[in-house]
Amino acid sequence: MAQIKLSNLRHSYHPNPSDDADYALKKIDLTWDDGGAYALLGPSGCGKSTLLNIISGLLVPSEGKILFDDQDVTDLPPAKRNIAQVFQFPVIYDTMTVYDNLAFPLRNRGRDEETVKQRVTAIAEMLEVTDMLTTRAANLSPDNKQKISMGRGLVRQDVNVVMFDEPLTVIDPHLKWKLRSKLKELHQRVKATMIYVTHDQTEALTFADQVVVMQEGEIVQIGTPVELFERPAHTFVGHFIGSPGMNVLPCDVKDGGAFFAGEQVGLEGPLESPITGEAEIGIRPEFVSISGNGAGLPATVRKVADVGRHKVVEAIANDRRVHAILEGEAPAAGDQVNLEFKQSQTRLYKDGWLASTPGEGVQ
Amino acid sequence: MKTQNQRAWLFVTPVLLLVAFNALIPMMTVVNYSVQETFGDNLFFWQGLDWFAQVLKSERFHNALGRQFLFTFLILIIEVPLGIAIALAMPKKGPWVPFCLVTMALPMLIPWNVVGAMWNIFTLPDIGLLGYFMNHTLGLSYDMTQDPFAAWVTIIVMDVWHWTSLVVLLAYAGLVSIPNAYYQAAEIDGASNWAVFRFIQLPKMKTVLTIAILLRFMDSFNIYTEPFVLTGGGPGNSTTLLSIDLVKIALGQFDLGPAAAMSLIYFAITLLASWLFYTLMTKNDNKS
Repeated sequence: MAQIKLSNLRHSYHPNPSDDADYALKKIDLTWDDGGAYALLGPSGCGKSTLLNIISGLLVPSEGKILFDDQDVTDLPPAKRNIAQVFQFPVIYDTMTVYDNLAFPLRNRGRDEETVKQRVTAIAEMLEVTDMLTTRAANLSPDNKQKISMGRGLVRQDVNVVMFDEPLTVIDPHLKWKLRSKLKELHQRVKATMIYVTHDQTEALTFADQVVVMQEGEIVQIGTPVELFERPAHTFVGHFIGSPGMNVLPCDVKDGGAFFAGEQVGLEGPLESPITGEAEIGIRPEFVSISGNGAGLPATVRKVADVGRHKVVEAIANDRRVHAILEGEAPAAGDQVNLEFKQSQTRLYKDGWLASTPGEGVQ
Repeated sequence: MKTQNQRAWLFVTPVLLLVAFNALIPMMTVVNYSVQETFGDNLFFWQGLDWFAQVLKSERFHNALGRQFLFTFLILIIEVPLGIAIALAMPKKGPWVPFCLVTMALPMLIPWNVVGAMWNIFTLPDIGLLGYFMNHTLGLSYDMTQDPFAAWVTIIVMDVWHWTSLVVLLAYAGLVSIPNAYYQAAEIDGASNWAVFRFIQLPKMKTVLTIAILLRFMDSFNIYTEPFVLTGGGPGNSTTLLSIDLVKIALGQFDLGPAAAMSLIYFAITLLASWLFYTLMTKNDNKS
């Protein structure tokens, strides 16, 4: 077990990268604490798998260092790093039994059969696959295959980190949540550092204590699921997390106040610095309501979707789409309404980055 | 009354005719010859199973069959491991892939009798490149028209040269279909190169290798043209394989009855061996 530190990491698949666009990873500085449950969240192609493969040693970064407990492992091959990785498609050794599959990493490292037996039995117990130990692994269902590949990662007691690269892609929907909670339980039992790569926000938010959001080779925000939801550091995080994502509306900034469609919108607090670039207001649909007294932003309702627990209202205000999540009564399509934003949850973004600070509120 | 739709005959008849003319009728003709004696003029006499008994008891047949098995065994034991080794060594991506694939396919594109003729000239002791080199530069005595051992080495090497590519291409196809994650997982699991080969590459190649071995078995067991052109079955009878012997009996001695019986036995052996091999290779596929 170890603390993992990435320092000044850059990676390019081009032999001679010239500008930023050639880099799959632009500049990563990050520390993963020992025993943490992390998720690496981002859309396809954002560089999260590249980052994972660099930590596991399958890729050598173009620049920068990887430290395990302050020891430089940048040039070490995967087998020497003592890490485990579970891949998108379950990797199992077809010709072996489940027992031999689980024993494989231990036998390769020359452990004696007594230790092997003890570890394999313990892991099989934990994964609830004890009754399959003598089965040929090729005949298992995809979710059990994926369990076995997880087991091969966990069977070594001293792994520094277990990494999961979108491990639930090929699993049937009704088994996904079962495996997901199994993972969470495993983390609590083995207390190893775990990094879970996914583009699915539900998977990331349910698994991890800390979520790292990536976009185009950069880390946009690191935080707890609540922090990512409440105070997205970038409009991208606002869009990416939440269903529907955050409403982002272009605005003008005058005298420290924000104006959308000529009307001033109350912000959570003062701005960090004078606004020079492109300014946008960000508000989650959960904090948009319909005012009863005629105050607020005039808008036309275009669609109402009943998703069960609540209704999602899509309204058009000044040619911009605004989503609102309402409990109970909702207007019908075509209605004229006035939208109200909860002031303490209304943020201002400058060039995409959060620029307002929590405070007294600015009118 | 229910109307019967007879249109299906329209679709089935061409296939029936095709199979009849290219397999069933010729085969029945052979069966016909195998139980009769003829002296020409379309005069036939019933002979029963005499020809079969004669062939099965004949030492000449036993010898040819022995040579045939030896030949097939030798080329399989060389071509299969060699083919796998070459496939493993070939690049899996990059600009050299098409170059390697085409180079590998070249020997297979050459007509069989040309292969025989090429190797015949190649090995001539006085003017052939290999023959001259062996005899005059290395000072070895190499003449496959005189020495049975040299003749055997030559037909084996010729077959390896001609057909290893088939094993290479099939094994290569099996290898490139292995997802990269398998290699990465094995690397993380600390597997040695041998373990990667034994537990990932070989199992993933099993299906294509079964096909490769089966094709090479059938082709080499029925081989005729190349050794016939190269050695003509000699020196003496040393390289007279089953097919060469069969043609000698049928067309050289014009013993149609024994030749027909022999070709049916020959066919049955090929079929039986192929079936046994295939059944053994695939019997564990669906078992837990």
